[in-house]
Amino acid sequence: MQVNENTNFEPVIVAFCCNWCSYAGADLSGTNRLNYPTNVKIIRVPCSCRVNPMFILRAFQKGADGVILCGCHPGDCHYTSGNYFTRRRITLLYSMLDFLGIERDRTRLEWVSAAEGAKFAATMQEFTDAVRKLGPNRRLEDLRCRKQ
Amino acid sequence: MQEAMINKAKQLLADGTVNRVIGWKRGEFVYDITPAVFETAEEIDADFVCDDFTAANVSKYLVKESRKEGKILAFLKPCDTYSFNQLVKEHRIVRENVYVVGIPGGPKLDAEKIKAKGITGILGVKNENGTLKIDTLYGEETMPYYEAILGKCETCKSRKHVVYDELLGEEGEVISAEDSGRFDMVEKLENMTAQERYDFWREQLSKCIRCNACRNVCPACTCENCVFDNPASGISNKAAADSFEENMFHIIRAFHVAGRCTDCGECSRVCPQNIPLHLLNRKFIKDINAFYGEYQAGEDTTSRAPLNNYDKDDCEPSIVHERGVE
Ligand code: SF4
Ligand code: SF4
Ligand code: SF4
Ligand code: FES
Repeated sequence: MQVNENTNFEPVIVAFCCNWCSYAGADLSGTNRLNYPTNVKIIRVPCSCRVNPMFILRAFQKGADGVILCGCHPGDCHYTSGNYFTRRRITLLYSMLDFLGIERDRTRLEWVSAAEGAKFAATMQEFTDAVRKLGPNRRLEDLRCRKQ
Repeated sequence: MQEAMINKAKQLLADGTVNRVIGWKRGEFVYDITPAVFETAEEIDADFVCDDFTAANVSKYLVKESRKEGKILAFLKPCDTYSFNQLVKEHRIVRENVYVVGIPGGPKLDAEKIKAKGITGILGVKNENGTLKIDTLYGEETMPYYEAILGKCETCKSRKHVVYDELLGEEGEVISAEDSGRFDMVEKLENMTAQERYDFWREQLSKCIRCNACRNVCPACTCENCVFDNPASGISNKAAADSFEENMFHIIRAFHVAGRCTDCGECSRVCPQNIPLHLLNRKFIKDINAFYGEYQAGEDTTSRAPLNNYDKDDCEPSIVHERGVE
């Protein structure tokens, strides 16, 4: 993808989706033929709780302009309580990124169930638009990974 | 105090309560004080020191020492007892193998702050009514005492020992966040704009030489295999290649100790580049207090750490987007 700073910048979005709800939600939005931006690259994880902070940082390093984490709604995690731990960790991590001056709109967490195909598509659209507005990730990028 | 400690150590060695003592001894310079293990009364008489520069927390050494044969005596300042307790809680220290003697805390002094006044060749120091008299190779120098106080002691959180077998001196009190002012700088940063915060941290973190001293000294960092030593990570054993690696090291280091960091201040004390690492730890502590209720790591050995716990009504991460300055 040719990244042209100001005119037609297309962000790279990494979406970590838990296998049981959000990934199935993404699948459903596909089978329902709902469009969501091609900017979104989905990484499937067994549970939202599998995502450790390093994953999110590495995504930014490898070129993501925004990272979104999706999991089952609180109470619905297929491992009972995984997403409750996710919620605490990710709140603290996002707060720390904000503290370091990384734009807060580059990160998001959304609970998406297997039945919420429409919500998945809408969330991705909205998040992609928000990140597009912010422009390329410069504050948490690794120059060595930047595409020419 | 040093006298009383030496006597106590010799007494406990003599009556067989312990077979080793962990304390401190001098290095090349008077202010160059490092933890050391003593096995005999003679060694103690020769080298044991505990003075204004004795700031090092010996708790982490007890992870290894408490697994050896016999009991070891450890002298712990109030702040050190929190680290000790936390390590007991995490099953890193074998409690039965340590005899803890609580000693009064600081304030301890920072030789760097004295040197920053252009005072060199330090041979000894004495506090006289708020004036620090410094004996040097080139004669006596003076400076205001409070200007030489170690950073972590300026914002001391507690003068109370949370664990001990015996106490030398008076017991103190926990100091409230308002009185210690330990979150003031974090708050100041929170009130800056994102750009200002970014600039502040770029300036600070770009000084990091990845010496790993902050991790090595940290009583919460006792992993046998640290992520930063993983040869497959691309970030082991080397300086940060760019700003991303600097940020990553500091975010992850601070995150790994979130909820377990007792705010002992050792990381900032040992950083050769004077990076205010405590601000990162305190940001996590402040957030944890605000989001999940007041919590002080190391205060007890039974409560669940905030990141090993949850509440069904916890706030959503979107709270980060809703509060503070953009
Ligand atoms: S992170 Fe720093 S203040 Fe916290 S426990 Fe470790 S050395 Fe002490
Ligand atoms: S930085 Fe993390 S992995 Fe390394 S010793 Fe500290 S807590 Fe363990
Ligand atoms: S002690 Fe300071 S210079 Fe060394 S790795 Fe830690 S932050 Fe970097
Ligand atoms: S399985 Fe979906 S969040 Fe745990």
